[in-house]
Amino acid sequence: MIDFVKKYEGLWLFVHSPAAIVAAIVAAVILLGAVFAPWIALVNPYDLASFSLFDGLLPPAWLDGANPKYLLGTDDQGRDMISSILYGARLSLVIGLSALTIAAVLGVGLGLAAGYYGGRFDAVVMRIADVQLALPAILTALLIDGIARGILPAAIQQDLRVAVLTLAIALSLWVNFARTARASTFVQMNKEYVQAAIMMGQHPLRVMFVHILPNILGPLLVIMTVDLASAILLEATLSFLGIGLPADSPSLGTLIRIGMQFLLSGEWWILWIPTLFLVMLVVSINILGDFLRDVFNPRLR
Amino acid sequence: MVYFILKRMVQSVFVMLAVAFLAFSLFRFVGDPITQMTGVETSVEDQERLREELGLNDPFVYQFARFTGDMLKGDFGFSYRTRQPVADMIADRIPATLELGVVALIISLLVGVPAGVYTALKPRGVLTQTILMTTLVGVSIPTFVIGIMLIFIFGVQLGWLPTFGRGGTVQIGGWESSLFTIDGWRALLLPAITLGVYQLTLTMRLVRAEMMEVMRSDYIRFAMARGVPMGRLHYKHALANTLVPVITIIGLQFGGVIAFSIVTESVFQWPGMGLLFLESIRFVDIPVMGVYLVVIAFFFVLVNLVVDLLYVAIDPRLRIRDVQ
Repeated sequence: MIDFVKKYEGLWLFVHSPAAIVAAIVAAVILLGAVFAPWIALVNPYDLASFSLFDGLLPPAWLDGANPKYLLGTDDQGRDMISSILYGARLSLVIGLSALTIAAVLGVGLGLAAGYYGGRFDAVVMRIADVQLALPAILTALLIDGIARGILPAAIQQDLRVAVLTLAIALSLWVNFARTARASTFVQMNKEYVQAAIMMGQHPLRVMFVHILPNILGPLLVIMTVDLASAILLEATLSFLGIGLPADSPSLGTLIRIGMQFLLSGEWWILWIPTLFLVMLVVSINILGDFLRDVFNPRLR
Repeated sequence: MVYFILKRMVQSVFVMLAVAFLAFSLFRFVGDPITQMTGVETSVEDQERLREELGLNDPFVYQFARFTGDMLKGDFGFSYRTRQPVADMIADRIPATLELGVVALIISLLVGVPAGVYTALKPRGVLTQTILMTTLVGVSIPTFVIGIMLIFIFGVQLGWLPTFGRGGTVQIGGWESSLFTIDGWRALLLPAITLGVYQLTLTMRLVRAEMMEVMRSDYIRFAMARGVPMGRLHYKHALANTLVPVITIIGLQFGGVIAFSIVTESVFQWPGMGLLFLESIRFVDIPVMGVYLVVIAFFFVLVNLVVDLLYVAIDPRLRIRDVQ
């Protein structure tokens, strides 16, 4: 019953928050576009045969000299901007979501265990978390990337770029999950249902994941949204710095880096359209995160 | 008081040792130093001889002790890429990054603190709502996009400011400064704003939250009831008590400023440590990466130590507790 009211209340708040509705629509459109990119994109930016240099540097459809076939114009290689962005957003989201999943599994697991066992294990995990927290996420991700470059043999490095990037982002984001899960677990540990489960001799893993986890999902969901935005930003930043993905498999960040070359020339769309998409995606995820935080934290309302 | 400072100093030494260990592990275990130093033609015997000469066969703890000792003497080893001493390479770049970071921090405080106070005192004003909305969007825009936008508007469209490099610099006792020429300031402005924007939103949000908290407290209500003039109330009684958290964030933000200076320096081709670090990652130049970490950690520890001392200066309660 309480759950029902809570859900209903969230929905009610959602319908009455125009910012959250717009943000959800924008995020959903970009997400759907990314998922169905291979079917709706005009050309495949990875397939050299599907576009032609003769179509290069065409402006968006509403300007003079445009080809109406390419709604947002083309880049210097003749790639349709919309197709590049759809495929780029696809890659950004895949990396962002996988990094987030790894970070969540790692962080929540460690946080639950730290809260459950307490004592020395808790102290060790939290010390590591403190050190990690002192290092800004960007620095951590850059370092992991640099180490991977040093350790992996050159031959397989190109193939593993996406995996390395994902791991670098995941390892710089797990701390938030661990700290939140630990703090919430501490609160739950004193509740009677947890004490009863422990007393009945249930396996610690069962107590952690079946009993405690469902009750601390709220705050974790908020962290997930906020960190998804961070993960996408981090990937974009690393790719922009030229540390992330190679130019032949462009994510949104790589597209912006390529577009930088056209900053001084007239072809503004090559730079600004991917940038606009990235900002819209991140802003809408952040607005949704703010909204979720308000829903789960009624005191702030 | 003395005990407090000593304790903090001992802690700082341990932090530095931990970072030095990280740098040492990087150097020792990521790739083989000998392969990096020698060419393909070097015979295995020569490689082994070099390994022995450099002491790479010594026990681990002994190697680490020697590594730390060399660092204390200012010997940071040689870059794999340029074959120059790492100490010189980093020292050349320190002034550029520090000037950029400090100016960015000053911008973020000069704008962030007043904006935070204003939005806390007039929570329902139109200007407050505008500022809050702008910061929400500002947090979501990545640093590099802000940099590109500033370059586009002020560098390309208006043509007012240079878009890369440091402009005119002056040598002052080995410190290459761009703070003493108009040209240098023009070059510094855009990167410093780019770097300061994110910190600015953090400062503003924190000052605002802190100020609202203080304004609700009993002693402010009492002062209000007693008829203390509003100006005096806001700026003397209330703001003074938000100073401790503000000082804290300066310490915490320093890490952020340094990290994001990597991005800003890349966008503006600003010849600082961040750009050097990026290059060294690209070329897997492990000694430079390691020393960069140690230098950053050193500044971080130093700033936080100063911040701790400032607490004692600002907050009289800390001094009293110490006496007891």
